[in-house]
Amino acid sequence: MKSKKTLFEKVWDEHVVVPESADTPAILYIDLHIIHEVTTPQAFSLLREQGLPLRRPDLVLATMDHSTPTTPVASFKDLEIVGDGAAMQVRQMEANCQEFGIELLGFGSAERGIVHVIGPELGATQPGKTIVCGDSHTSTHGAFGALAFGIGTTEVGHVLATQCLLQRKPKTLAINVKGRLGHGVGAKDLVLGIIGKIGVNGGTGHVIEYRGDAIENLGMDARMTVCNMSIEAGARAGLIAPDDTTYEYLKGRPRAPQGKDWDIALKRWQQLYTDEGASFDKSVDIDASKLKPMVTFGTHPGMVVGIDDPVPDHSSDPSFRKALSYMQVEAGKPMTQTSVDVVFLGSCTNSRLSDLQEAARVLQGRRIADGVRMLVVPGSQQIKKAAEDLGLDKVFIEAGAEWREAGCSMCIGMNGDTVGRGKLSVSTSNRNFEGRQGMGARTVLASPMTAAASAIRGTVADPRPFLES
Amino acid sequence: MQAVKIIRSRTVVMPTTDIDTDQIIPARFLTTTSREGLGQHLFNDLRRDSDGRDKPDFELNSPEAGDCQVLVAGNNFGCGSSREHAPWALLDYGLKAVISTEIADIFRNNALKNGFIPVVVDQKTHEHLLANPGIDVTIDIEQSTLSIADDLAVQFPIDSFSRFCLLNGIDQLGYIRQQSSAIEKFEESRPWKP
Ligand code: SF4
Repeated sequence: MKSKKTLFEKVWDEHVVVPESADTPAILYIDLHIIHEVTTPQAFSLLREQGLPLRRPDLVLATMDHSTPTTPVASFKDLEIVGDGAAMQVRQMEANCQEFGIELLGFGSAERGIVHVIGPELGATQPGKTIVCGDSHTSTHGAFGALAFGIGTTEVGHVLATQCLLQRKPKTLAINVKGRLGHGVGAKDLVLGIIGKIGVNGGTGHVIEYRGDAIENLGMDARMTVCNMSIEAGARAGLIAPDDTTYEYLKGRPRAPQGKDWDIALKRWQQLYTDEGASFDKSVDIDASKLKPMVTFGTHPGMVVGIDDPVPDHSSDPSFRKALSYMQVEAGKPMTQTSVDVVFLGSCTNSRLSDLQEAARVLQGRRIADGVRMLVVPGSQQIKKAAEDLGLDKVFIEAGAEWREAGCSMCIGMNGDTVGRGKLSVSTSNRNFEGRQGMGARTVLASPMTAAASAIRGTVADPRPFLES
Repeated sequence: MQAVKIIRSRTVVMPTTDIDTDQIIPARFLTTTSREGLGQHLFNDLRRDSDGRDKPDFELNSPEAGDCQVLVAGNNFGCGSSREHAPWALLDYGLKAVISTEIADIFRNNALKNGFIPVVVDQKTHEHLLANPGIDVTIDIEQSTLSIADDLAVQFPIDSFSRFCLLNGIDQLGYIRQQSSAIEKFEESRPWKP
């Protein structure tokens, strides 16, 4: 066994039930399995078909977020689910959880929210755990030094039945981020800058560890934003070593260890760092101080530019031309000339309290432009409540935005919240794929501050002038 | 899963790069609780116009594409969401393999578990395939080879365990369950409990 290990290797090694060989992958134990209504029905069917019990219902965290409506309601009894398919998924999730003895944070639960928001918020996400979910943005939980990755529905079935997964050990990629992020430049800009640099397949086959002083200076919400988008660089997972910021965040959360157990856990967590002299398969250096607010101009998250930089010109590449024509964007001009129809503030990338606060700082005392629709969708019911306690809902509503219930909403457009054909949205979510926010929708990914500034201007806009006063 | 040994077919070429799983099957078709019938929505927004009519210039709509089982796609296929609905839709449509220079991790994993074969080839082979739509190919799982028009044969990487499962139609869950005593031992003996 290697004496110098990376953080990833430490977590991996602790969870190997059966080591890998040339002929067989490792069997890896899973500490936390988060499930939602969209990628689980077929997995529960598998258990039923094979007559298998659920091995560890106590290690499952279940909620509903993707197909669920976010329209403001007085009571969840009045909720109308858009579409028969979505309604069926929601009902089946309730039935499956009941049948297999899983506690469901469903409608009416004050703890319901987006899978990747509530895991950390409840303190279920902890350093050194292995965490999976049938959702690629499970990489979010890596912000706590957990090994967390998305799986398919067949694998969801494997974990339900055995609490284990078959896995080949991935390679490691160190992303070293030095320097200080400038004023008006946040974690979203940082991760978009990273993906722009290494490309949407730059991390394929690898687990990323984000390192360096720029990462250490980030709060937990910001670290989650960075790890969240690891998958957009093709990586399996993204990790950040836990430190005092992590422990402070977790302390006292309902599912975090309490009392003496906390002290024991803390000792263990403090060992979770990459040993001096341990080696990575690849490494990349980034200077955070050089970054501007970043926006995407094309149809994947690697097609990204600084807010006032011209859109590059690769017109010899047919896929590039196709992306620009879909987006109705011109090479050579900055994105700030593009007019905006919809602004979406939400998703597991940017729907936490600090994201809402950043956007509210820009919107405070201002109005969004005529003709722009802005949706603010908190990541969880708890965040919604915390924001209301701070009066943020009023800032948004007075600015002319819609204040919604928690859920995935327009990030994926499965619940009826869509941008509209041909319309352009500035979105704090993570994917600008063709049609991701509804058929024909054109998506510009941006930070909460940039999204808020764009709502005010009615064009893609630099947030920095709004922060000066 | 049914055993898959050899796939012989003409190719259909879709040169677009970075085809993500949202394009393979748009999210609004994920509100299903079954794996069946997703083929009708495969590439929906690329394949059909906004009135639901087939776009004549989309490669899979050409008459020659009719019985092709092998898709040649541009660089980096299958990135994005972890939805297993993507390989389910491809298989349900009648496709059995995809060839590209790079295939995203989660998609590849999901594909292999369902008997859909991801074939990664080098740039030169890829260019040859892109330039010759409709060419005959043979994908031999046992040998891990791709033969093009019966002569050029190239190796492609496939994890030996996945190959074994494909050739024998083995369900991977059964394999994990055989290790249940190791799992129990692990749970009992680990120094901390989640
Ligand atoms: S917010 Fe978007 S990316 Fe996150 S879990 Fe929901 S659909 Fe997936």
